[in-house]
Amino acid sequence: MGCGAALPSPQACGKAAAMYRFSLASAELCALPSGALHWPAERLLVVSDLHFGKSERLARRGGALLPPFETRDTLQRLDDDLEATGARVVICLGDSFDDLQAAEAMDGSDQLWLTRLMAGRDWIWIEGNHDAGPLALGGSHRAEVVIGPLAFRHIATAQTPEISGHYHPKLRLAGQARRCFLLDGARVILPAYGSYTGGLWSHDPALIALMQPDARAVAIGKTALPLPMPRKG
Amino acid sequence: MDLPQALQDWFDAQGWGLHPHQRAMLARAGDGATLLIAPTGGGKTLAGFLPSLSELADGRHQGLHTLYISPLKALTADIRRNLRRPVEGAGLPIRIEDRTGDTTYTQRRRQRADPPHILLTTPESLALLLSYEDAPRIFAGLRRAIVDEIHALAESKRGDQLMLQLARLETLSPGLRRVGLSATVEDPPALAAFLGAGTQVLQADPGPDPDIAMLITDAAPPWAGNGAHYAIPAILEQVKRHKTTLIFHNTRAQAEIFFHRLWLLNTDDLPIGIHHGSLSREQRDRVEQAMVDGRLRAIVCTGSLDLGIDWGDVDLVIQVGAPKNVKRLVQRIGRANHRYNAPSKALLVPANRFEVVECQAALQAVAAHQLDGEPRGPGPLDVLCQHILATACAAPFDGDALYAEVITAGPYAGLSRADFDGCLEFVATGGYALRAYDKWQRLMIRDGKWSLRDPRSAVVIRQNLGTIIDTETLKVRLKGRMGGTPLGEIEEAFASTLTPGDTFLIGGQVVRYDGLREMTVEVTRQPGRDPKVAVFSGTKFATSTQLSERILQIFQRGDWSDLPSHTADWLRLQTEVSQLPAPGRLLVESFGYEARQYLVLYGFAGRNAQQTLGLLATKRMEDQGLHPLGFVATDYATMIWGLDAVPDPAALLDRATLRADLEGWLGGNAVMKRTFRNVAIIAGLIERSHQGRRKSGRQATFSSDILYDTLRKYDAGHLMLAITRAEAMRGLIDFSRLEAMLERIGDRIDHVRLERPSPLAAPLFLEMGRVPVEGAGRERLAEDAAAQLMRDAGLS
Repeated sequence: MGCGAALPSPQACGKAAAMYRFSLASAELCALPSGALHWPAERLLVVSDLHFGKSERLARRGGALLPPFETRDTLQRLDDDLEATGARVVICLGDSFDDLQAAEAMDGSDQLWLTRLMAGRDWIWIEGNHDAGPLALGGSHRAEVVIGPLAFRHIATAQTPEISGHYHPKLRLAGQARRCFLLDGARVILPAYGSYTGGLWSHDPALIALMQPDARAVAIGKTALPLPMPRKG
Repeated sequence: MDLPQALQDWFDAQGWGLHPHQRAMLARAGDGATLLIAPTGGGKTLAGFLPSLSELADGRHQGLHTLYISPLKALTADIRRNLRRPVEGAGLPIRIEDRTGDTTYTQRRRQRADPPHILLTTPESLALLLSYEDAPRIFAGLRRAIVDEIHALAESKRGDQLMLQLARLETLSPGLRRVGLSATVEDPPALAAFLGAGTQVLQADPGPDPDIAMLITDAAPPWAGNGAHYAIPAILEQVKRHKTTLIFHNTRAQAEIFFHRLWLLNTDDLPIGIHHGSLSREQRDRVEQAMVDGRLRAIVCTGSLDLGIDWGDVDLVIQVGAPKNVKRLVQRIGRANHRYNAPSKALLVPANRFEVVECQAALQAVAAHQLDGEPRGPGPLDVLCQHILATACAAPFDGDALYAEVITAGPYAGLSRADFDGCLEFVATGGYALRAYDKWQRLMIRDGKWSLRDPRSAVVIRQNLGTIIDTETLKVRLKGRMGGTPLGEIEEAFASTLTPGDTFLIGGQVVRYDGLREMTVEVTRQPGRDPKVAVFSGTKFATSTQLSERILQIFQRGDWSDLPSHTADWLRLQTEVSQLPAPGRLLVESFGYEARQYLVLYGFAGRNAQQTLGLLATKRMEDQGLHPLGFVATDYATMIWGLDAVPDPAALLDRATLRADLEGWLGGNAVMKRTFRNVAIIAGLIERSHQGRRKSGRQATFSSDILYDTLRKYDAGHLMLAITRAEAMRGLIDFSRLEAMLERIGDRIDHVRLERPSPLAAPLFLEMGRVPVEGAGRERLAEDAAAQLMRDAGLS
């Protein structure tokens, strides 16, 4: 593991210094500082837990009226990542929408934007616990998908090697809370990509039980920073 | 108005006569609004109630007659006991009850159905009561509202909220009479206007001057630190010589550490307790009861005992650490000797040599009867937003009528219709530039009135009422099979810095952190170990302008013969090593210390303005590639640290550049985010996190910082940002005071480069409330920390 010495090819990750490269089951992967996972050889970009329409769902339920901008904010980052990586295949690892109604209620311009991003790409929606079931959008809808040696699903299982999301892992580094990837020899857990998403500390028993003792974390933000997975609060 | 005969007879039987101001209150019983200023121990609460007791004596009034609102729950219970004595003694047919967050559900329901004659409550409980549909019925017969310790409420948003509530009550019960009670008021006309237009001020005889002095000890105070541990033997000596002593501290952490040290030296086993806001309710109750029973010789305490319960036997107040604010000092002094026309006795204990000067300045101010206090700005709009939402919970309302009502509240007298409409728009739709669909509505107009779109949302709105923002805290318990003894609470941020085996102080005990279990911190006792300092902080209050000016004057005198020699020596040492700050000039010191470069700016502009200076200066440093990491601001200085030295401090202080930077900078800093969080919670944009919900809500709670960043990016003109900005400019930023300071100094900047921290700079290293600078320097540290962790793990 560790950063490869080779310079990235143009279709590989954009900012080579800011990302973190590693391999899983002989697949060479890049953890991007945005929270997306890039697999250059497959021209594949993976994002998890977009939670589109979160503010809409809360408003619908009579709760607080949060600023309704998280969908376009998330779309902007996704747009940037697709532009930078030139990915042809996109996998959204579930909980893409805060619920099914949020998908239907998506603002017209946001829908157009999403459609534009999907055009010309293989787009795979994995079901999550928030948005289980088929969506009225294009792309293919799957419970899980296997590409080469890797399985992609929403929640981690015992069938590895796999890439999953769901837990929204985060950690504290030099006094700051940051979202993070968790990875070991068997799996990668992605951070939440959506703007309005909280997180679960990496030292949570659920995550400690899931990850191998030598697991590491990659904190995201301005740059992707690898460190041993924090196991204490 | 005369006292009812039965009450007069009872007073006579007790041998009590009315004070002149108590008679005056009876005489003015019919006035619309009165502010009574009377010294502690002068029976001002009874004075406030006498007209009510007289009017209720004949038993003819049905339902609620008088509402009493105090800032403290403990005070309501205490007043109820005190008031019942004469009422029951004189056999008056008056029902008196209190209603706070601690009142049982059954009793609260009964109170709504059948209100007592006199209800004692807090602003938060009143807000809840007013939000119920049956509020018009409950308050229909209300005649009088008494606001106790009104100066304390007026200092915070709780007071603004209360004044809006009084305006509401006036609508529900026209002709309502108001009374404000206070012992310490620096600007009576301003406080009278706060209570309402036309308020008359009644000033009682202030009583004799307090007997107050600095505690002179054999041992000199240390150069730095804020514990005043050097003075413990002398303090114990004073405790022995008095019946009951209150020992005030400025923060909880200081109180804890002091209490711990005190017990180590308390060889006579004097019964001494501790009381502060982080202790569990049970522990505080026990201490309060022991105090009432006269079983304690002293209590180590914080602002939690500033106000409230009348401890009859307190004959000495000791203030440990500089008092920071003359008004609060006078209030604390008043806690001793609650007897009318007897001087209160108090001792000031400076914790370090700088504070000797501060204490000297405070003594001068008390002798000159000069209280301090910053003038209050107009009523904040986040509180208005909450009030509008709460009003909608009670019943549909007419916008014009509500506006007309709101501007009768003192703090909102100058509110423009446009600002009101902005708040209403925010409450109704969120007020976003992007207008969504009809679902994006909390309030809708039905039959010409604003009402809740979904009446069920009232439940959640009620849970979020109030303007007190708690920091997230975790309960601390001793590890044990039966759930363990509760010891108190610590801030979540502090808990997250602990690792198993760490020791800290709580409730005067050293405990070891064992782990976190279901939102509870589990600990075991570790007597005899050195604690890792607990950083949970009590109330922060800034040294007033008046005290700062007095301090600078003392510095410049050059003759310090009235100061203890150790302090005079220290000031001389500062003049030898560096120099003393002077009015009209700015002293800047720089030095390296433990792998960081430090810059200290002695502006004496007060904590908030010094903090703003820190924020602006670190931004300039960031732009210049000097890798600032953080800063800490006190009332007299800002200390910045970073990875690189600052070659030319004057370049950081160019006024034109600072002002230009202010706009751009206002955006992304931590102070603004903290302010935004509070504003957003009060205005109802973010729900408070409740203990129960927090456990389940992994994805439900996310940082308010994200909302702040999103709003700035997509809707920079939004009301929440405008409120945040206004509040920060007035409170946390205080740019006007900073500009005034820069104006005074002009280009008279004295930069002194030192080998090590100067005597004046040393105490700054122990200050709490450090603000991180989130820039390239911190990113570099994060990279280093991650790399170090990888190396330590044998990776990389």
